[in-house]
Amino acid sequence: MSNDILILAEHLNGKLADITNEMAGQARQLAGALGGQAVAVLLGSGAQALAESIGSDRVLYIDDPALAEFNPEAYARVLAAVVAQRQPRVVMLANSSVGMDLAAGLAVTTGLPLIAYVNALSAEDGRIVATSQIYGGKILAEAVPAGEACLVTCLAGAFRPEAGRAAAAVERIASPAPLDGLKVQFVRLIEPEAGDVDITQQALLVSIGRGIGGAENIELAQELAEALGTVVSASRPVTDAGWLPKTRQVGKSGLTVKPKVYLAFGISGAPEHLEGMRGAELIVAVNTDPKAPIFDVAHYGATCDILDLLPALTERVKSDT
Amino acid sequence: MILAVAIKQVPNLTDDLEISADGTGLDYDALTYVLNEFDEQALEEAVLVKEAAGGSVTVVGIDTTGELDGALHTALAKGADRAMKVTGDFDRDLGSEGQAQLLAEAIRPLAADLLLTGVQAADDRDGQIGPRLAALLGWPYVGVVTHVTPEPGCVRVHKEYAGGLLAEFVVTLPAVIGVQASHQPPRYAPVSKIRQIAKTAQIESVAGQGTPASSSSVRRMFKPEAAGQAEMWAGEPEEVAGKIATLLTAKGLLKL
Repeated sequence: MSNDILILAEHLNGKLADITNEMAGQARQLAGALGGQAVAVLLGSGAQALAESIGSDRVLYIDDPALAEFNPEAYARVLAAVVAQRQPRVVMLANSSVGMDLAAGLAVTTGLPLIAYVNALSAEDGRIVATSQIYGGKILAEAVPAGEACLVTCLAGAFRPEAGRAAAAVERIASPAPLDGLKVQFVRLIEPEAGDVDITQQALLVSIGRGIGGAENIELAQELAEALGTVVSASRPVTDAGWLPKTRQVGKSGLTVKPKVYLAFGISGAPEHLEGMRGAELIVAVNTDPKAPIFDVAHYGATCDILDLLPALTERVKSDT
Repeated sequence: MILAVAIKQVPNLTDDLEISADGTGLDYDALTYVLNEFDEQALEEAVLVKEAAGGSVTVVGIDTTGELDGALHTALAKGADRAMKVTGDFDRDLGSEGQAQLLAEAIRPLAADLLLTGVQAADDRDGQIGPRLAALLGWPYVGVVTHVTPEPGCVRVHKEYAGGLLAEFVVTLPAVIGVQASHQPPRYAPVSKIRQIAKTAQIESVAGQGTPASSSSVRRMFKPEAAGQAEMWAGEPEEVAGKIATLLTAKGLLKL
C-alpha cells in the first residue's frame, strides 16, 4: 500500500467542479502528514486542460472516448482498476450525484471501508479519522476504518480549496479497464427547463420548507412574495411533494442562489439545502425548532410558527408600502 | 416486469436526537422511526413503472426496529403486491454495509428485473445502500434518478446533477436505480386502507443470516456545536414580522 491520497476529479459540461480543488487541498494536507502524495484522477476525453487545472501533487488523466460523459458503470470499472493498481491510503470522492453513484459500489468491489458525508478528515498517529455529518446535519460521527485504507465521500464546502497553484504534473494514460459491453449507456444531457421564474436572479427570496405543512399553505407564502415583489423558492421536500415546481428548488440538487436577503421559513437547514443558499448576503430563518441547523448560517432567527408569521408579515408589508 | 423496492426506516429527524451513554451512537430507545423519505419516492416510482409496464412490486426491508410492519402495510396500501422483511437480532445502527448484504440475500431469489431504492438516507454513515446492492448483485447502478421509463429489456432514466441539469441514460436490466424523486408526487394511502391491509396482509419473513460486521467504527458521536451565529428574536409573530420589515427596509428591498 502507498501513502497516497487519491481524489476523483469531478467535471461536467467542460467545467471542473469546485469540490475537486477543495478535495485536492485536503488531500495535500493529509498526504503531507502521511508522507505520500495527493493524486487526482480525472476521467475524460479531450480534457487535458481540466487535468492541468487541478491543485494536487499529481494528476492521472485517463483519456478515453467512452469517458467523455459521466457514466457510472465506466467510471466504476476504471476506478476499481486504478485503486487495485495504486493501493492508495484514502480515496476521496465528492458526496455528489457522481460520487454517490460510485463510492458504495467501489467499497464492495475493492473491499475497502467507506465513510460518507465527510466534513473533516485527518491522520492521527498515521491512522485515518473521518467525521460524517449525518441525520440531516444534526449529528456528527467520528469514525475510523477497520484497516489502514478507506474511501470517503466529502461534502461540498467542507474543505478550503487549493487555489492558484501551478498546474500539477499530468500523466495521461489509457483506460486501465476495458470499457466495452457497458450496460449503462449515456444518451444526452437535458438543460433545466427555462420559463417559470428564475430564482437565481432575485434580490429577495421567500423560501419555504417542510414547515409549511401542506400544499394548502403555499398560498400564504405566495401572498407574501407578491406583496414583496418577489417569488417563492423552496427546499427539496416542498418540490419533491409537488407543492412547487422543481425550478424553485434551492440546494444541492436544485439551484444555488445568492440574494441580498434570503427568508428561510420552515426550513431546517439540511446540508444539501445550505449548500445552495449560504452565499446569501443576509439570511433570516424562522423555524419552530430552536436547534435547527439553519440557525447556524442565519444572521437573524425566530422560532414562531410560520403559519402565523407569513400572514402577519404580509399584512405588515402591505400596510408599510 | 418484476420490480423490487428496498426500504429502510430512519430516525424521525423532527425528534430530539440524543447521544447514547457511551457516546458512540444515538439513544435508540428514545427514537421514533419513519420510512426513509427517498424510499417513499422509490416505492412510488416502482408503482408508476408497474402501472405503465405491468408486473408486480415486492417491497423488502430489514426489520432492525421491530416496527417495520407498519411501513410494509403502508407500501401495500400504496400499490405494492408483496411485502417481505428480513428478521434477526440486528443492531439498531446496522449500517448500509450490513443492510445491503442482508438485502442482497433476500432479493436474489426474487429474480427481479429492476430494483429501486431511495438514493440516500439520513443515517447512511457508511454510504448508500443502492450502489452496494448493485455491486453485490453484479447489476449496473444509476442513482439520483427522477424518472424511470420502462422499455423492452431496459429502462430509460433521468439522473439529476446540481442546478437541475439532467442526464439521460439507458440501463440494461436487471439493474438497481437509486431514486431521488418519483416523477409524480407519492400517492397518499388513507389510514383506513392501511388498517384494513394490516388485518389481512401476509408479510413474508426471511431469517437474516448472522449480523454482518461493519468495516468502520464510530468512536465518537456528538452534536455539532451550534455556530450560534443567528441573533434570535423572541416575541409574537407580529413583532417578528416588524423586525423583518425593518431589515428589508434597511436593505432597500421594501420601499416605504
